[in-house]
Amino acid sequence: MGEFKVHRVRFFDYMPSAIRAMAFNSRTERLAVARADGAVEIFNFSDNYYQEKVIPGRDGRAVEALCWVGQRLFSAGLNGEITEYDLENLKPQYVIEAYGGPIWTISCNNQGTHLAVSCEDGTVKLFEILKEKIQFQRNLDRQKSRIISLSWHPSGAQIAAGMMDMIRIFDTETGRATHRLLVERGVGASKSREVVVWSIAFLSNNTIVSGDSAGKVQIWDGLMGTLVRTHLVTKWDVLALAVSQDESSLIAGTSEGTIVQFQFLSSTVDRQDRDHEWVRTRTFKNHSHDVKALALTDTAVVSGGMDTQLVVHPLLDKVEKNTQEAAQRKIAFPHRSLVGCAKKAGLLLFQFPDHLELWRLGESDGNGKPGDSLTVKRKPEKLLQLKRKGEDHICCSALSPCGGWLVYSTVSSVRLYKLQHNNNISVNKVSKLPKELRSVHQLCFSADSSKLFASSSQSSVVVVALNQLECKYLQTLRHKSDSRQPIHLLSPSDDGKWLAAANTDCQIHVYNLHKMKLHCSVPVYSSCPTAVAIHPTTNNLISVHADQQIFEFSLQQKEYTEWSRKLQKQGLHGLWLKRDTPVTSVGFNPKNPTHIILNDTFMFCIIDQSLPLPESSTILYNQMTLRSLPAPERTRQSHAFKICKNFQHVLSMSLLDDLSLVVVERPLLDVMAQLPPPVRQKKFAT
Amino acid sequence: MAALYEGYTLCGLVPDQNLSSSGIQGIEEERDSDHVVVTDSTRSVTLYKVSDQKLLGSWTVKQGQTLTCSAVFNSQTKEYVVVSDNKVIRIWKEEDILLDKAFKATVSSDIWMVHCRGAVRLLDSLLAAPQQPIEEVLNQEETIRWSTTIVAETQQFVIFTTEQKGDHFLYLQRLNPNTLQRYRLEREEPGVSSLSFSASYRDKHIHLLYLYPNGHVYQSVVSVQGLAVEEGAQALPLPRSLLLGLPVGDGLLEAASAMVLDEAHVAVVGVPHPSAGAGKDFLCIWNTNFQTLQAGKEMAGKIYGQLWSFSNKLFIPHGKTLSIIPFECPKSSLASALGKLRQAKTEAPASVPSWNNILHGEKAQPSRTVETRKTRTTRKTQSTPSVTIDQVLDLIKTAPVEEVQKEVEGFLSRADLQDLQPSVGQLASTLMSRSLNDPAFYSPSTLAQLVHTQCLCHSVCPDLVLLALEKKDYFLCQLCLQFFPDIPEAVTCACLKAFISVPDVDAEKVRLEPDSISFMETLISRDRGQVGVQNGFSPTSCEEDCSDDVSGHQTRTEAKEKTSAPPEQICPVGLHKAVLLNEILQTAYSDTFLLPHLKDLSSQHVVLFLQYLQFLYLKYSQDDSLQMHGCRSPSLAQVMDWVCLLLDAHFTVLVMTPEAKGLLLNLHSFVRSQVRLVSELGKIESSLQELKKMKVKKDVGQYSIEVIELF
Repeated sequence: MGEFKVHRVRFFDYMPSAIRAMAFNSRTERLAVARADGAVEIFNFSDNYYQEKVIPGRDGRAVEALCWVGQRLFSAGLNGEITEYDLENLKPQYVIEAYGGPIWTISCNNQGTHLAVSCEDGTVKLFEILKEKIQFQRNLDRQKSRIISLSWHPSGAQIAAGMMDMIRIFDTETGRATHRLLVERGVGASKSREVVVWSIAFLSNNTIVSGDSAGKVQIWDGLMGTLVRTHLVTKWDVLALAVSQDESSLIAGTSEGTIVQFQFLSSTVDRQDRDHEWVRTRTFKNHSHDVKALALTDTAVVSGGMDTQLVVHPLLDKVEKNTQEAAQRKIAFPHRSLVGCAKKAGLLLFQFPDHLELWRLGESDGNGKPGDSLTVKRKPEKLLQLKRKGEDHICCSALSPCGGWLVYSTVSSVRLYKLQHNNNISVNKVSKLPKELRSVHQLCFSADSSKLFASSSQSSVVVVALNQLECKYLQTLRHKSDSRQPIHLLSPSDDGKWLAAANTDCQIHVYNLHKMKLHCSVPVYSSCPTAVAIHPTTNNLISVHADQQIFEFSLQQKEYTEWSRKLQKQGLHGLWLKRDTPVTSVGFNPKNPTHIILNDTFMFCIIDQSLPLPESSTILYNQMTLRSLPAPERTRQSHAFKICKNFQHVLSMSLLDDLSLVVVERPLLDVMAQLPPPVRQKKFAT
Repeated sequence: MAALYEGYTLCGLVPDQNLSSSGIQGIEEERDSDHVVVTDSTRSVTLYKVSDQKLLGSWTVKQGQTLTCSAVFNSQTKEYVVVSDNKVIRIWKEEDILLDKAFKATVSSDIWMVHCRGAVRLLDSLLAAPQQPIEEVLNQEETIRWSTTIVAETQQFVIFTTEQKGDHFLYLQRLNPNTLQRYRLEREEPGVSSLSFSASYRDKHIHLLYLYPNGHVYQSVVSVQGLAVEEGAQALPLPRSLLLGLPVGDGLLEAASAMVLDEAHVAVVGVPHPSAGAGKDFLCIWNTNFQTLQAGKEMAGKIYGQLWSFSNKLFIPHGKTLSIIPFECPKSSLASALGKLRQAKTEAPASVPSWNNILHGEKAQPSRTVETRKTRTTRKTQSTPSVTIDQVLDLIKTAPVEEVQKEVEGFLSRADLQDLQPSVGQLASTLMSRSLNDPAFYSPSTLAQLVHTQCLCHSVCPDLVLLALEKKDYFLCQLCLQFFPDIPEAVTCACLKAFISVPDVDAEKVRLEPDSISFMETLISRDRGQVGVQNGFSPTSCEEDCSDDVSGHQTRTEAKEKTSAPPEQICPVGLHKAVLLNEILQTAYSDTFLLPHLKDLSSQHVVLFLQYLQFLYLKYSQDDSLQMHGCRSPSLAQVMDWVCLLLDAHFTVLVMTPEAKGLLLNLHSFVRSQVRLVSELGKIESSLQELKKMKVKKDVGQYSIEVIELF
């Protein structure tokens, strides 16, 4: 099969941002996650938890809470603003100042007519949700202290609000506070400190559940205003609560990283409903740090916090055993590449939210046996660190294959640079960019570096021609379907004739760049493509999807190829389908046209289309076995999937033009090492 | 290895005048395993605390009345029950002092424990209506010989055996629901009835063990679940398997008993010890898997053939006492059956029965190592008309040495190795008895040949080694030590004593195994001039160490010797003697059993042996390639084990012996150098561990260029 020289890169100091809030939309099965840097990510739970969309953050925008209203997504933060997002163009649609100081939480009533926000100044503000915007309606009775948490009664007639040392119940009609529930402070030294009701839930049977900074989960009777039950679950804070849709189960996240589940069960076996009470049932420990955000879906506990990982922990009584659904998922890395690679020049571009780094790979002398580490003759060198302009974070970037162009984009602007490599590098910003290049969420260069492609609003692709210090708008490519979802993958062919563009509606469109128009659309598959590429010689389009399926589509015949049909007929190997990270790149070996190179976070794989596909009974991960066999036996035993697991936590992989591989790893331990020590994070006034 | 420990007396006995019975009716467990109720056959019931050997209570019936069954204790109601005069049930508690004032009930029929003439009743139902009619289950002339009860999970069983005109039957009565199954026991030789029964329950089967006067111990297994329910049907024949054939000496056994201890061990009393002549007053534990005698103990006084066992203690009446002998039957494994594991280099001797063989009755694998060159050649040449084993055995009893030799050789060459094992045993034991009875008869080559087949072991012919020693046939001794897996430590020690006291001149005349001789030759010939330094260790440095401690006189002599040749470098015994001693070093043993016998050695012998061991140690530490030689040689570990054992056994004597002083100092310096080495190793341990850690994360660098290969 062959030897590869691998540049094993670990100097990309990518640091994911802590998870601050999340909201699950059970109708569309989308989870919105807000991170500490203000970025919002959308995961599609019905499609293998694929990270469909990322809305980049902005300096000073600290999202404290997220809220779905139908398909619309709202957030509020400590900057005192309410934001609605444009999920088609991946940017904030509008921002409204609430004029109540920092906003602690935002909550929508079940009817979807009003939003309530809780403010630092002690007010709860109601906003009416209109078609294109929201409009302030009124304040509820102003309180003396800040309001930390809110929960609507499902009827919409009442709101429970958690604040310092107490819980208030408001009547939304009159705006009056009807009850005052006093929350006991912690014992001992914390007796003198105010207790913060971090999270609250108002159930339809008028039960109120609160989680507070004294480590208690308390059950209240909302009609009488009395305490029913106290569960002390932690020494530290209970930071988050989430209730299942049928109100039979609730979970509480703590500063210790644990999640405690309570279930509404009858205390005796054969009594009526009246005797049900909240019983502490399970404890999960999936986090090392504070659990700040929780969601309880029908089948799983979804949690996130300071340790930056999103964890989906299935409830084993709700899912079928031994299925994909029953496996726990930890999503630690983004499902798109933050690394650009100039294949000809051997350069790497690392994308951080606020800057870009350009590195030249090192060199080794001579060759070595498989398994060797070669001596590094020239060390890798950081050529450039480019700070972004403005407050918006970088959402995408690209490096041309020749290494001569560099481009990045924020939600508001695109910046293109010409790089010149002499003894030291010189950077020149291209000043006049065509006005079509403005709102962009994916960028890439053609193979000969003469064109720049940018995915723009309404699923369109802007093509720009580049030459010496000048760039010219050529065309906007549009497809014929009415999907307006953003394009998240762009892949031009090596010969410069084709461009494949995939959007989050699972569509893949192929444009003819010579004629500058749509060539064909690949039949829509139910799962979102996670990586696409066009084969340099056969012009077949390879697409890999979130459910791990692989398709090969012939652009000439406009139909699936024979190999693709064979693969679908026989089915992929069970272990291949069980992998839980999506394939993030597809590449080809110019020396051997039958080879397709794929990678996900935990492996890379070379598919040899000339070899037989693995049967379900054959060993998928057979490299170790093959290594031990003599050569003739080896050819008999080998199958199309050659999987290498030497590299773990792979952020990106690409094959350079000199046929050496570049693997960018980010060991999870290195990420963990940069986290603050796992003690209670003192928030405001605790 | 099972073991019998030192016993102690629980109480005295009042046996009959003619010593025919011990006077004990039965022994039953009381509230816990430490309390027993002893019922004597006349009038009294006594309660003892076993560990304290203390009498806690005693109850007696009136003169003229007799107890007709052993008293039992009901642990739930804390009541004792006994039957007197076959009819009266007496129930009392510990506080009751006088038995006559206690509760009694007379029943209408004879009582055998709780079952009467074969009918079984629960005590409660019987007491509810004492005069109820009791049916006859047994035939007219059938009498009950033995009975017991067994609790199998939730089921209770009453088992009893009966005799009717020489036929024996087993009755298995299940309670709740009541079913009765009758089995006919296979007849042994006519006129012979079983001496003892013992029943045990394991794995859903009742195992019944019975001993016949001819020494045969049979086992029958009855499934608890598959009990046929039809009553009154014809007695089923009960299949049996021969578990043990005990040596009975001359005549039949009279008062003997066998009892199951666990799945692999049987305790036998009243059967002669195979290596102690015809006396029958022995208590032995046999391993039924290996057919080996595991422990034996001579009991003083008459043996009555009675034996009880409660929680690892055997209760045995003998002479005028009731003794308690604690025992231990650890789970038998091949290793423990052979004592200490043999040297790993030598392959397991083929004469050890394989587990498969015993448990599943599979055909043994023909062993390849068995044939010696001699038997192979004879097998080719000989093709005389076949003689059966019985003919050969008869021949051995009478024929002269030469003829016996020829016939046995012929028989061995013809016989198939697979079924050789039993016949070799028979041949050997007949040869042995002939040799023992007839001092003029001794056929060393035949015996050597038999030993060479590797089908023999010590338990089959326990006298062989001692006989060989007596006849000064050291070659045979060597073979036995080499091939017998189960030589007792006492015999090993006897060999050691004999070997070490043989004058070197005599020893050199003996023909010995060439392999072992060649090893010793290379060892001795490796010249003392060649003092190699290996891994920075030179033996001279250790001598210097020891000279520091020795007095000035010692230092001078030491210095003098160093110029010529250090005495430790010269083999203290002759070549052949060394070979024999090597054989001892390589036998299997257990420290605990060997140590007492080692104490019998005289101090000169101990010093000599220690000198030899020291010589071996020095040779080995100079050149460890010696052990890789491939031929049979003691390992360094074995040498060190023996040094330790000898020192353990004789240290106090050696300290007092002037000629041992230098030796002890030398050994002390060995130990010191070892301790120093270990402490030096301990010092670098942490650095070595660091190295290990470094290896684990070998490429945590920020950047590396690697070459990988895909297949």
